[in-house]
Amino acid sequence: MTLRIFVSGDAGAVAVGADEVALVLGLAADKRGIPIDIVRTGSRGLYWLEPMIEVATPQGRVAFGPVSEFDAGSVLEAMIADGPHPLRLGLADEIPWLKRQTRLTFARCGVIDPRSVTDYRAHDGYKGLERALTLGSDAILADVTTSGLRGRGGAGFPTGIKWKTVAQTKADRKFIVCNADEGDSGTFADRMIMEGDPFVVIEGMTIAGIAVGATKGYIYIRSEYPHAIAAMKAAIGAAERAGLLGKRIGGSHYDFELEVRVGAGAYVCGEETSLLESLEGRRGIVRAKPPLPAHRGLFGKPTVINNVLSFAAIPFILAGGAKAYAEFGMGRSRGTMPVQLAGNVRHGGLFETAFGITLGELVDDIGGGTRSGRPVRAVQVGGPLGAYFPPALFDTPFDYEAFAARDGLIGHGGIVVFDDSVDMARQARFAMEFCAIESCGKCTPCRIGSTRGVETIDRIRRGERVSENIAVIEDLCNTMKFGSLCALGGFTPYPVMSALKHFPEDFRSTPARLQAAE
Amino acid sequence: MTPLYEPWDPARGAEIIAQHVQTEGATLVILHALQEAFGYVPEPAIPMAASALNLSRAEVYGVFTFYHDFRDKPAGRHVLKLCRAEACQAAGGDALVERAEAKLGIALGNTTADQRLTLEPIYCLGLCATAPSAMLDGRLIGRLDAARLDAIVAETQR
Repeated sequence: MTLRIFVSGDAGAVAVGADEVALVLGLAADKRGIPIDIVRTGSRGLYWLEPMIEVATPQGRVAFGPVSEFDAGSVLEAMIADGPHPLRLGLADEIPWLKRQTRLTFARCGVIDPRSVTDYRAHDGYKGLERALTLGSDAILADVTTSGLRGRGGAGFPTGIKWKTVAQTKADRKFIVCNADEGDSGTFADRMIMEGDPFVVIEGMTIAGIAVGATKGYIYIRSEYPHAIAAMKAAIGAAERAGLLGKRIGGSHYDFELEVRVGAGAYVCGEETSLLESLEGRRGIVRAKPPLPAHRGLFGKPTVINNVLSFAAIPFILAGGAKAYAEFGMGRSRGTMPVQLAGNVRHGGLFETAFGITLGELVDDIGGGTRSGRPVRAVQVGGPLGAYFPPALFDTPFDYEAFAARDGLIGHGGIVVFDDSVDMARQARFAMEFCAIESCGKCTPCRIGSTRGVETIDRIRRGERVSENIAVIEDLCNTMKFGSLCALGGFTPYPVMSALKHFPEDFRSTPARLQAAE
Repeated sequence: MTPLYEPWDPARGAEIIAQHVQTEGATLVILHALQEAFGYVPEPAIPMAASALNLSRAEVYGVFTFYHDFRDKPAGRHVLKLCRAEACQAAGGDALVERAEAKLGIALGNTTADQRLTLEPIYCLGLCATAPSAMLDGRLIGRLDAARLDAIVAETQR
């Protein structure tokens, strides 16, 4: 009997040796004369266990990890014999870290073959599109609104309202744009889903096209994600061949085509208007709003621009799950959030869960604290523009409004864990430095404020007129927050001010610090 | 493996530009294609692209300079990108950057005098749960440590 073995082909697994493991498994099986079938899946998101490999058994898929190329042979023996092995993790679905999650968007990620439409369909794929084709625009919009879905890119704008605006705007052409410029450090959910379940993104975008009357979509993927680019392109090709993209999709009267466009290393292009400029072939300079992209977006036409995870949430919602989706979460944050645990964390990875879980549960309980074993001192939530939270604020529930109330943001759901060796003045400086490097240059508070911010924090770190310079930083942050055109300049104050507020001791001049600064 | 690039040739450049000129919003697509072929965007290609796109030379040059990815000269034989973003910082990435700079005697953003290695910063490869991360000639590396970095540097010097 052919042994069916699943090895993650996710970039995060490949970066730690998954390709070599797959190669050695193949060689080892040949040597033993055992027929095996290696399926390259996405990642389940348990990155500390990558490369994680699974074997199909009558009881379900049994996982092993982290498997190095040197372990591959003995793991194969254990798979053949269904015997014990030090790296054996048991049934994959029963791993507590996975079992505790509510996987709606990521249900198939790490499970299916991301290149196979058939496999996607066999796991409830395209059920949302099938229903959408029978519903038509108004009923699709009603479902999206009922689900309470808010933009997963970071701003949290209600998706139903955005789509409705585009649907109601008359134009000869409309566009669907997927923002896959996932530049926030500590986030990788977009990358994972594009690599592990690309059809869910395609299906979500297709449904959006039907809902608003658009026939063309673009996926703008950052160049730092070569695996995701390849996976999306392959999936688009497969969907076209299956008649699920192109003319008369699924035999209906709707047309929808998709194209991948690749970014070129500009963080600011994750800002929606900058992304549209880039797609049009220009410098990624932020546009002033209004007009909203929903009225005048790509090439001046009404455009739905949403994050990868927003589109990926749609198929579940349209497959009759709108109410079920809305039942998860708290307050105005409905549904689930794929939280990403990163940095100096013991159990790093993707944890999809309903809104409302506390930051402390995520960091200490699920993340298992730091990988270095030292105490957690700070976590940055929501990427380079997100606030640093100390453990004293770990009771904050994961919810858009709760984070805003504590001068933070959940952004794209990334949590970067730092231990007690972190120098928060250095982190504040980095936030300003990053803003200076990545500023598009259009507005003064961001362009000049960030550079002045670096200089001023340098003075503080050298111990020069510390209290006056802290006042300068506070004033500068205020100007940037309220005077910048977009979130780059507008949110850079979050990491800076939170570092100052929660970790003031790092900004005081001490002999040790002065020595270190030299 | 180091990718092999074609030497600059105006006819080949014109051919690449012509392949994409009908694409809507083609400027980035063309610049990417040129860099993929030649390893950088040769200066003479900019007015050629501008003329094909019916744009001014300044507009295309402006796009070219805005994006970090585009090079105005060939990189070294190998390109090592080290992630400098927060998740990698939290996992000791800064020390690895300093180590690489010291070993190679160059700062980030530069190429060694023998043209063997270009060392560059990158801001997030999305491998934040297996940090620190790097990319060597397009190949991803997670859980980078000092020993692995030394081995990579030694390999590129051979």
